[in-house]
Amino acid sequence: MIRLEKRPQPSRAFSLATPLLAVLATMVFGGLMFAVLGKDPVTSIITIFWQPLFGEFAFYYRPQLLIKGAPLVLIAIGLSLGFKAGIWNIGAEGQYIMGALFGAGVGLAFYPMESFIVFPMMVLAGAFGGWLWAMIPALLKVKFGTNEILVSLMLVYVAEQFLASMSLGLMKNPEGFGFPGSRNLQQYNSAFNADLIEGSGMHWGVVAALIAVIFAYVLLTKHRLGFAIRVTGEAPRAARFSGVNPTRLVLFCLGASGLLAGLAGLFEVAGPAGQVTIDFNVGYGFTAIIVAFLGRLHPIGILLAGGLMALTYIGGDIAQSQLGLPAAAIQVFQGMLLFFLLAFDLLTNYRLRPGRTEVA
Amino acid sequence: MMDLSAINPILFVAGFLVAATPLIFAAIGELVVEKSGVLNLGVEGMMITGAICGFAVAVETGSPLLGFAAAAAGGALLSLLFAFLTQIALANQVASGLALTLFGLGLSALLGQSYVGVKPPRLGDIDFGPLADIPVIGPILFTHDIILYLGIALVAATWAVLKFTRAGLVLRAVGESHDAAHALGYHVKRIRTLAIMFGGACAGVGGAYISLIRVPQWTEGMTAGIGWIALALVVFASWKPWRLLLGAYLFGGITQLQLNLQGAGVAIPVEYLAMSPYLITIIVLVILSADKSAAPASLGRTFHASQ
Amino acid sequence: MKLTKLLTTAALAAGLATGALAQDKTKVGFVFVGPVGDGGWTYEHNEGRLALEEEFGDAVETVFVENVAEGPDSERVMTQMALDGADLIFTTSFGYMDPTINVAKKFPDVKFEHATGYKRADNVSTYSARFYEGRAIQGHIAGSMTKSNIIGYIGSYPIPEVIRGINSAYIHAKKVNPDVQFKIVWAYTWFDPAKEADAAKVLIEQGADVVLQHTDSTAPQAAAQEAGNVITFGQASDMAQYAPKPRVSSIIDNWAPYYIARTKAVMDGTWESTDTWDGIGPGMVGIGEITDAVPAEVKEQALALKDSIASGDYHPFTGPINKQDGSAWLAEGDTADDGTLAGMNFYVEGIEGDIPQ
Repeated sequence: MIRLEKRPQPSRAFSLATPLLAVLATMVFGGLMFAVLGKDPVTSIITIFWQPLFGEFAFYYRPQLLIKGAPLVLIAIGLSLGFKAGIWNIGAEGQYIMGALFGAGVGLAFYPMESFIVFPMMVLAGAFGGWLWAMIPALLKVKFGTNEILVSLMLVYVAEQFLASMSLGLMKNPEGFGFPGSRNLQQYNSAFNADLIEGSGMHWGVVAALIAVIFAYVLLTKHRLGFAIRVTGEAPRAARFSGVNPTRLVLFCLGASGLLAGLAGLFEVAGPAGQVTIDFNVGYGFTAIIVAFLGRLHPIGILLAGGLMALTYIGGDIAQSQLGLPAAAIQVFQGMLLFFLLAFDLLTNYRLRPGRTEVA
Repeated sequence: MMDLSAINPILFVAGFLVAATPLIFAAIGELVVEKSGVLNLGVEGMMITGAICGFAVAVETGSPLLGFAAAAAGGALLSLLFAFLTQIALANQVASGLALTLFGLGLSALLGQSYVGVKPPRLGDIDFGPLADIPVIGPILFTHDIILYLGIALVAATWAVLKFTRAGLVLRAVGESHDAAHALGYHVKRIRTLAIMFGGACAGVGGAYISLIRVPQWTEGMTAGIGWIALALVVFASWKPWRLLLGAYLFGGITQLQLNLQGAGVAIPVEYLAMSPYLITIIVLVILSADKSAAPASLGRTFHASQ
Repeated sequence: MKLTKLLTTAALAAGLATGALAQDKTKVGFVFVGPVGDGGWTYEHNEGRLALEEEFGDAVETVFVENVAEGPDSERVMTQMALDGADLIFTTSFGYMDPTINVAKKFPDVKFEHATGYKRADNVSTYSARFYEGRAIQGHIAGSMTKSNIIGYIGSYPIPEVIRGINSAYIHAKKVNPDVQFKIVWAYTWFDPAKEADAAKVLIEQGADVVLQHTDSTAPQAAAQEAGNVITFGQASDMAQYAPKPRVSSIIDNWAPYYIARTKAVMDGTWESTDTWDGIGPGMVGIGEITDAVPAEVKEQALALKDSIASGDYHPFTGPINKQDGSAWLAEGDTADDGTLAGMNFYVEGIEGDIPQ
């Protein structure tokens, strides 16, 4: 039988190799599923993984990877700080919505005034909206010790109702013939979060995501606060002895993740999406949780994981249209990828040893 | 014109008993899972998988009861994936649960492709004879299908098992401190795996209640977030079965009340009333926070016996 | 600008390449907002796609992507279809409006058809169905058949499309039954079968013996069936599995004739940007079989109403009609203009309650 033995230190080799193993395993099992569905497995896999990166139209898909990946990375970076410290914000979707509503609200309030000040104000408002929404679970946790997982999750649904209310009421486009949804910020120059170089996909959200990655990396490796985060997650009691203030840590981690999620929402609503609509949120806040774990809560890992998720979305849509694969098959395929990544992670932290079965 | 007399209180109550049933199943299953110290965020995925398994088997065999059995099996089978990830591969529970939901939604849609637009066999209400004719109580309590009563019985059984039996004691011990339970010689992983499967089976039945009785039809994504509400409900109930039952009626009741008020012509801000169950849950969480013993101490933590 | 050029050249190259390979097979793309298995809105658009394949056989190739979120995802999917050499792309949700215009700018040689929107361009047409014509027939049957004089109506969101339907149904129910009262419940969701079931049950409990729905699941049908003496109408699809009762008729979204005609136009090179708002006449709005649960006389009147609407002799919004607040909207004999109908945000006189804001 096989026994698990905890490694004294996570294996570097395996932490690099397991994602590759997981992708390979997903290709094999996903390919089998595609074959069962009557599609050529090899073509399917190539379509999903190769076409967006190196296919004929890669010049178009590569920028799209940035657009799809940026919000995921931006949110996941914020979440990872808290996750490392054992602070579970799973309501990023709500913070994303509130960031978009606050930011777009400011932009729409200024319409149609053209000024360079509008966009920076929107960015501030977006960040504030997300931060504010995350402060609710943070303060309740600090004051009353309520569970932040559940409070933040509940607030997602509250935010969704706000979004519906805003798109049908206050923010509705007065020139939209009564249809729900706000003005399109893409058509309002001062508020439009356009590509910095046209067609590159590089909008301010992508820049912010890259800055967040670097910031998080420095914070975690060089800064005292990063140390506090790591210690709290690994040994909460030791953290207290070493002078970490848990209250401030909770406020910081939830606040930072809310702020980044709010920014992601703002950049999305002012850029690629353009509008506040009832269905504005498409699940980035939840997917980002998965991205954070796939990236092993490491900034660089998150960057790669965000790219990988974006790739499966884009490649998946291509496979749907070119091969007629149902959307559900793509969803199952993504689910498999996550399962394998999570399962193989075992090898990073544990050694498999032949021996008697574990009794636990 | 406001006409509150249009609301029939008897039918209103009978209505939310039905509306609450899927929630009761999903939440009582999750309660047991969490009592064992595991947080499974995959309830929605297991529910929808149960919804299609139950629907497909009921349609193929013509028996809704076989459908419910299949739903339980389907939910439990899917939950085994989660058990494998979290108990054997020691993966993070939050991420594994979310992945399970994603997977379940996709899988159910694949399985259900040929069942769109099909009408399932109907599960009749139990005939209580003269009992159903008792004024007020009769129409409220004695006009339902067997699964609804099973849900209430399951709550009672869970309460009794957790409170009075050795099995319940062991389950709670594992949830409170897996290290201590392990030291006492209990098989932490085996117990948790069983709890996870129970949760999966319950969620599956809850899903099938939607696809076979409450709606009844199959469409992709038809559970529409009820699994997430079930998660909230467990906390709302502070892990106590009877409070969970009450909470399920409250959650179901608010939706019913909201629709009833609209029908009666009361001008209510629908979005804001739709928010209310979530806001109430948060308020309850705050009130309950005084009671530190409520949450299982090992909730969400990975257990590995280091020898 | 550089990218636009690059995209266009690529599209041309792709078009040439695939054109040469497939021997002028016309490629038609469909972008769907829901899953093709939703049994309602997207399901019917997909039926239209299948009818297109049936009609033209090997001369067309259709592709589709389902569950496409409105916003940047839809823009990417449309671009991808255009890059892959699509000649004609149908984008089937209101929220695809601006993305469709954006992509159409980059691919001047590809034709786009956007459902339910109001923005057009040289290569972008819009199309929508006059479902309110079907609502008139439902209103007539409902008003004639109700015994409790209470008609329940399940709305999704308070938007012009839904409000138009409520008004049309009410006007025609009121015509045959002056005592009729509408109870309107907003579900605030496009899709939540459990909530739709609840809404139907609540309406029935409150005395409604007719339930109209502007949501796509069969949940209200099942609720009505269980309740007994309640009638309903199929929505989006025929919902014939609930015939002859509770479902006594239905409005069917029938996109096939339009999809076939527009594809034909692309093949013939006669495609032009248009604004189509078709109803019963051209067959875009189908009226499902009126079952025998409807009294023969009522059925006859309903069919006559259908014929007069189809032929254009009668417009469902013909004055005199006042707005809810009593102010005059349409004078005797006047008919509503399409602009007002498209943005309709008021109830007609007699409907109780306010449109939620």
